[in-house]
This record gives sequence, structure tokens and C-alpha cells, in this order.
Amino acid sequence: MKFGVVVFPGSNCEADCYYVVDKVLREDVDYVWHRETDVSSYDCLILPGGFSYGDYLRCGAIARFSPVMEAVADFASRGGLVIGICNGFQILLEAGLLPGAMLRNTCLRFICRFVHLRVENADTPWTNRASLGQVLRIPIAHNEGNYVVDPETYRRLEEEGRIILRYCDPEGEVTQEANPNGAMGNIAGICNEGFNVFGLMPHPERASEEILGSTDGLVIWESVMAYNREKG
Amino acid sequence: MAELYEELGLTADEYRDILRVLGREPNKVELGMYSLMWSEHCSYKSSKMVLSQLPTRASYVLQGPGENAGVIDIGGGLAVVFKMESHNHPSAVEPYQGAATGIGGIVRDIFTMGARPIACLDPLRFGDPSKARTRYLLSGVVAGIAGYGNCLGIPTVGGDIYFEPCYDENPLVNVMCIGIMPKERLTRGVASGVGNAVVLIGNRTGRDGIGGASILASQEFDEKSQEKRPSVQVGDPFTEKLLIEACLELLDKGLLVGLQDLGAAGLSCACSETAARGGVGMKVWLERVPLREEMEPFEIMISESQERMLAVVEPRHLEEVLEVCRRWGLNAVVVGEVTEGDLLEVFWYGEKVAEVPASTLATGPVYDRPAERPAYLDEVWAVDLESLDHPSDYGRVLLDLAGSPNLCDRRWVYEQYDHMVQLNTVVYPGSDAAVLRIKGTSKALAVSCDGNSRYVYLDPYLGTQIAVAEAARNVVAAGGVPMALTNCLNFGSPERPDIFWQFKEAVRGLAEAARFLELPVVSGNVSFYNESFGAAVYPTPVVGMVGLIGNLAHRRTMGFPGEGLLVVLLGETLPELGGSEYLKVVHGLVAGRPPALDLDREKRTQTTCIEAIRRGIVRSAHDCSEGGLAVALLECCCAGGMGASLRVDTEIAPHAWLFSESQSRFVVTLAAEDLEAMQELAGSREVPVVVLGRTGGDRLVVNDWIDLEIASMKEAREGALERLLSGETA
Repeated sequence: MKFGVVVFPGSNCEADCYYVVDKVLREDVDYVWHRETDVSSYDCLILPGGFSYGDYLRCGAIARFSPVMEAVADFASRGGLVIGICNGFQILLEAGLLPGAMLRNTCLRFICRFVHLRVENADTPWTNRASLGQVLRIPIAHNEGNYVVDPETYRRLEEEGRIILRYCDPEGEVTQEANPNGAMGNIAGICNEGFNVFGLMPHPERASEEILGSTDGLVIWESVMAYNREKG
Repeated sequence: MAELYEELGLTADEYRDILRVLGREPNKVELGMYSLMWSEHCSYKSSKMVLSQLPTRASYVLQGPGENAGVIDIGGGLAVVFKMESHNHPSAVEPYQGAATGIGGIVRDIFTMGARPIACLDPLRFGDPSKARTRYLLSGVVAGIAGYGNCLGIPTVGGDIYFEPCYDENPLVNVMCIGIMPKERLTRGVASGVGNAVVLIGNRTGRDGIGGASILASQEFDEKSQEKRPSVQVGDPFTEKLLIEACLELLDKGLLVGLQDLGAAGLSCACSETAARGGVGMKVWLERVPLREEMEPFEIMISESQERMLAVVEPRHLEEVLEVCRRWGLNAVVVGEVTEGDLLEVFWYGEKVAEVPASTLATGPVYDRPAERPAYLDEVWAVDLESLDHPSDYGRVLLDLAGSPNLCDRRWVYEQYDHMVQLNTVVYPGSDAAVLRIKGTSKALAVSCDGNSRYVYLDPYLGTQIAVAEAARNVVAAGGVPMALTNCLNFGSPERPDIFWQFKEAVRGLAEAARFLELPVVSGNVSFYNESFGAAVYPTPVVGMVGLIGNLAHRRTMGFPGEGLLVVLLGETLPELGGSEYLKVVHGLVAGRPPALDLDREKRTQTTCIEAIRRGIVRSAHDCSEGGLAVALLECCCAGGMGASLRVDTEIAPHAWLFSESQSRFVVTLAAEDLEAMQELAGSREVPVVVLGRTGGDRLVVNDWIDLEIASMKEAREGALERLLSGETA
């Protein structure tokens, strides 16, 4: 399976994603420079975390205009697998590949810590190796993860099973206290209608090795690899 | 010119020296350059002589002081680069930008040497936490560090925070950065090769930071300090991130002869230092410098606009260098040329606006300042600590200490920093030392910062020795062998004999401890004039220690790791309450002598601990420091979520045993069957082994002195900082 890690000016988790695909998953991986216009050779594109273009404007608002984003949109429209992590999620929102927007965390501070996430749909390319209701321990690191969307879309996301991960407590209860940033419905990750585009605020690449304190992020990588295999 | 030199911060003597060096009157541009380069901040004119006693060599030191940062060889073809700096005054005037640009500056120092920055640590000192100004400064500084460091993708993995009223007006913001590189990429800030191009890369130059080093950093504060706000630079972490990537790519491709960042004194400093180091001259054409606004040549030469680098490039590589910069979206302009001789010549549209020998800018005056032992020492030493009341409820005292500003949990701070990016942080903030794995090897770095200024205030020589010893002890507790240190020396005005005495004593202590513990000082920074309204901060030397963990399996944390383990104290507890947190929190006193330090015993204890870790005897280790044994035990319980039941037989009064801050101690755990091996190991080095009891349960019990649930101890220390900052408690 071949992964492409898209590099925007200001991305800063691209090397981490590359490392995990290369050294932990032992799959093929390339960096994809933001000026590339052809991404057709990849099975899965990763939009990594960071501060694209400094995020001086709304997070991801400039990155969406990078030449590569047209190619990403085209890739996604043909069913290509795209995962946006943290800033990558924000870019997918700005590009309209996923619905909704991000506000600042309600505490008005950057937060970096491990959180618990409940798997809300285990029948997606990204979670097929997880079980429904499984609790994952994966870190977040962001200032703008307070997800909002209009009520109508929220209802649709819920009905269509497109809410993939919600912040929860260690026991899997979705509570106000377990919500680190104020996100609507404790949303930590969502998919598009085709489930081939996945955006999430937590960093699965930071929870892919025992030595870093958790391997719960692996289930996401293993799911997408299994999906890709089965798709043939 | 006579009025101007004073305004620029030069003395009459220094002005005379300039006349002598040039053999004529300087013009305005030249005077501006000298005023910056000869400022305390850039020239180290008051500290240079004193600092010369520091040990700087070891077989593995690749670069000691004098460059942008120190470099050590850690084997396997890898080198580690690190340095600490201050950004105190800018942070006092504008906390967010002051701290942010502090990060920017220290990070540039690291990648300038060819290393990828892998971690930052930030020792911070603030005033009384119940004051609104402290809350404003602390939240601004932390947000500034987070805003800049997080954007760069460099994890902030450690540091420390102390609160003392002496920092009310003049907080200390020290920043340390560590980088790693293949040895052969080591690059120096040297210009060489006549005819080579001098390329300015990065941000446009503006009026921000005009005179930062002379006006802001080399004078004390008074009621006019707010007017100095225009001297604070504004940070642009996005451009810095691009600079890191572009410069490392240029170095990887072998396209640069030399690289230097532009920090204090801007172009004046970068040009004169690189030329002086290379023994060459330089021509600079100022009209080529990309500007943000219309500026005079004088301003362009001294602007401290951030995120700029100066590269020396052979003509055959020039096009490729410019192309790499273009691809990263960075300005890159040839602004000068390396010349024969040693003249720095500055041109403005064909007109020569400055001509000075580069070496005279780079090596300023040297002063041997008078020093005199301050009178306050006799007063603070004379306080009778014996006659103080003993507490009746030791558990209550322990909870008060655990929740006190200097000892409580720092989560509120470090969770604002991305401390995980780059996937190297294997021991998180909140431990004795942060541990960073080195990918592709089985090794890791253990890094820690230390500097208890209360000890230094009470005895500058001893207090500074303790800072070195404790930083090393933290590294040892994490399983590392301390290798080398950097430091930041924060003091008041060197022109005051009492302050200068503190400085000399502190450096003497630093030198002696570093020499004895065989820890070369590879880089550092001096920050004077930390005074406001005539009052100086406590003398505050801060030590940053880097150690190597040869095998990741040897890393240790403080938390009690399991049930039924022996809790053992390595070292000896003496009734030493002078300068302790206990005295401050319970009696409101900063008095007495700091705990004694025997460097030989320190070394033996550290060697014992590290050896016991390597042999797998020691399961967890924690340095015993502020708050004494009781606080150390509480931290072990809270970190591991595991209680302990301890029985102590001692002649010492309970409060002294619990809260004394005796040096050279570790709290470790081991299996009962390993006790004999531990005793043998320690016995051969004459290190006392005191079995205190066993881990287990959900309470910390010590004799009938203390009986506390882990939950209540956690409650006392966690969230305490947030409560303090929200003004809930005084």
C-alpha cells in the first residue's frame, strides 16, 4: 500500500506520519509537496498536523488554495482514501471536503494531552479493525478543535453514522467533562458521505508505538490497510 | 555625537575607545553599531573575565562557548547541540512577543550549527502569584512560548517555574533548545573565502527591535519601561519554520561555507562576528536588504527584526542556494561579499556609510568590576531557625507544601506546549528529566533545567553548586549519565559591587561543581540589569543539563511502579531547613544557610544510582529536592498511583526529617531480593542505604506522622496552579 504525506509550508507532523508509515507499518510512503498536481499513484493521502502557512488566518484557510488541494479533491471524488489529522482536518473543512468548521477551544488555550475516544462507527475504512464502542487513548494537540456544524448537518452526520470518534471518559461515557475543547456532540472525528475522507483532531501517529505510551492509534492505520487489501 | 553616545548606552570611556580604534570620530551608523556590539548583552564586557574560569573541555566536546551553541559527540556519528538564553526584559515589557521571540532566537542558534532542533525547555521565574501582574505575565509568557514553539513543531518538554516576590516587575524567561545532527553537518558562523557571497535569508527588515540589546537588555527597569515597548521584536514562527527547513536542506546539500543567525544587534553583529571569526573583511550593500518600511542605513544595521539568517556562499553554489530558498517561499538576497583584510564596509546606494575593523566590533571592552560581599547575608544567616515552632499536623504541612506555588503540579503550563511532536518524548514533562529517544538507535537523551535562586540568594557559591548537582541528579534519576551543561546567569546590575560579588561567587561555584563532576560548560548566556526601581532579582543562575541514556531500557521515572517494592533512600538526611520551601510556606521565611553539598559524596551517590539502574536493581528513581523527602514521596505516590507504608527510625525531629532539603539523595524502589545487591553497590561507595518501607495501598503512611490518601494528595497539587492564577487563593 502506498501512502502520500502532503507537505504544506508550516506542516510539522509530516515527518511523524512518514516515520510511522515507514518504520512502524512498514508500508511505502512519499512526501507530496504542496505544489504537486498529480496524486494518482497513491492509495491513501495523509494531510498531517501543523500550522500550514502559520495559520495566522483561520486554520487551514490558506492551505486549501495550495495547488495540491485540487488534486486531493479530485482524488477523493474518485473514492481515494484521505485522512486529515489536526491541521489536516482543519484544511479538509476549509476545502469543503468535510462539513463544519473549527472554533477556538473553549478554554482559549492550546491543549496537548492524551484523551479518550469512543469509536462510534466500526464499519468504515478507518475503523473496521476496531469494535463499536471501543475506547481509544490517543493525544490531541491543538488550539482550534472546537468543532461546529449547523444542526441539520449534525443530524445527518449522526444518522449516516459519519461521526466516527467522540471524546469520552476512560470508561467510554461521552460526558461534558471528557470534552477537551467544547466540540459539538464531543465530536473528535468525522467522515464524508463516501467514508473515504476522514478528519480527526487526535493524532493517531503519536499513539502507534508502545514506547510513546499508547498503541491505540494503530487500529486506524490497520483498518485502512485492511480496507485497501480487501478492496483489492 | 557626544550626546548621541550616551543616549545609545555607551560610556564616555567607551566613546574614547572608539575614537582611538578608528583614529577619528565615528559617524552615526558606526556609532550605532558600536553601541550595540559593545553593550553588555553582546560584548559580555563585565562577565568575560569571570567566565574564563569555567571548564569547557572534554574529549567529547566538539564545540565549546564562543559559537552560536555548544556541541557534544554522543557516539554513533551523532552530535547534540544545545544552549540556553534569556529573554527577560522583552518579556517584562511585552510577555507574549518577548517569550515568543526568545524561543525564535534560541532555536536559530541551534539550527545555525546544522542541527535539527528536537526540544525546548523553559525555566521561568515570576513574582507573587496572587498579584494580577504576575498572572498577566505568566499567562502571556506561556502563551508566547506555546504560540511560537508549537507552530515550529519543536516539543517543549521541560523547564521549571518558581515564584518569588523579587521577580514581580522583572520576570525571568530563560529558554533552552537542543538539537541533533550527523557530526559532519557541524557548521560554524564563520565567513571565509574572499569573493564569497553574503546572503541574507528570511524576513524583511523593519523597525522592530531597534536597540533591543543596548536599550532594553542592558539597562535596569524604571517607570519609563513601558516606553521601551517598541524595542521588543514581533515573532513570525511560520517564517522561522521555513528557515529551519531551508537551512537544513542547504547544509545537507553542502551549499554553505558559514551560517549565522541575526539576533541581538542584527546585521551589525552577524556581519562583524562572522568576519572576525574568519579573519576576513566584508562589504555590505544596505540598499539590497529587503525592507518592510522606509529606513535609514543606521536603522537597517541595528534592527533586530526576527527570522533572518546570514549565509556565506561560494559563487558556484549561489544559484542553487537562491533556488532552495525560493522553493521554501523565503526572501534570499546577496547583500554583501567577503573581502580581504578585516574591514567591515557598509554602503548605501554607492556611498560608504561605515568602515570599521570587524574585530573591534566583535571584541568589545573588558571590565574587571569591583565586588563586595553584600550586608544582607549576615542578616539572613543570623536568623535563629532552632527556635521556630514545630508544626503539630505534619500531614497538613505536606498538603500545604504540595499545593504551594513552587511545588504544585505544572500541568496547566505544559499542556499548553506541544510536548509530543517529533515522536521522541518518551518521558513527559512533570518528571525529574525529560527523556527523548534518538530514533534509529537504542539511545536517548535525558535533559533537565535547575536553579533554586533562594539558595543562591542565601549563598551564591553554594547555591550555584547545588544547581549543577541537582540538574545532574535529575538526569541520573531518569537513567542518564550527565555529559555537559549550558547555563543562563540572571543577575542585577554588574555596576553594583554587591551584585557583582554575587555573580563572581556564583560563577566560582558553577566552575567548581562542573569541574568536580566532570561536566564541561559548552554554552551559556549572561543577563545583567535584572532590576527594577533599584531592587535586583535574586541572583539566578540556571543550569541546563544534557545526559545520555545508553539503552532506552534503562530509563526511569519517579512513580512507584508496583506493589510490595522496597522504598529506599540513597543518601543521608540531615536537619537542614535553611532556604527550604518548608520555611517559606510555613513560616514565611527566606533565611538560613542552604543545605550543605559535598561534591564527592554527590558524585558517589549519582554513580551508585546510575549503576543500580543499569543493573536493573532500581525500578524507579526520584531526586529529592525542594520540599524534602516528604514531598518527594508524595510525588512518587501521585505519579505511580501507588501508596507506601513507611517506618522511620531517626534522631532527627519529625518536621526536619520530613522537610529538610539535604542534598545528594534519591528515593528509589527495588525488589526485596535485590536489597543485598543494592547495599553492596552503595557500600563500596560509602553511600547510605536506608530502607523506609514498602509500596502498596492507596495511602502514604509515615510513622504516626503522616497518613494521607493519594486522592487527597493529588487534589492538593493538581489544579493548584490554576486556582492560584484564577485568584481563588492568596
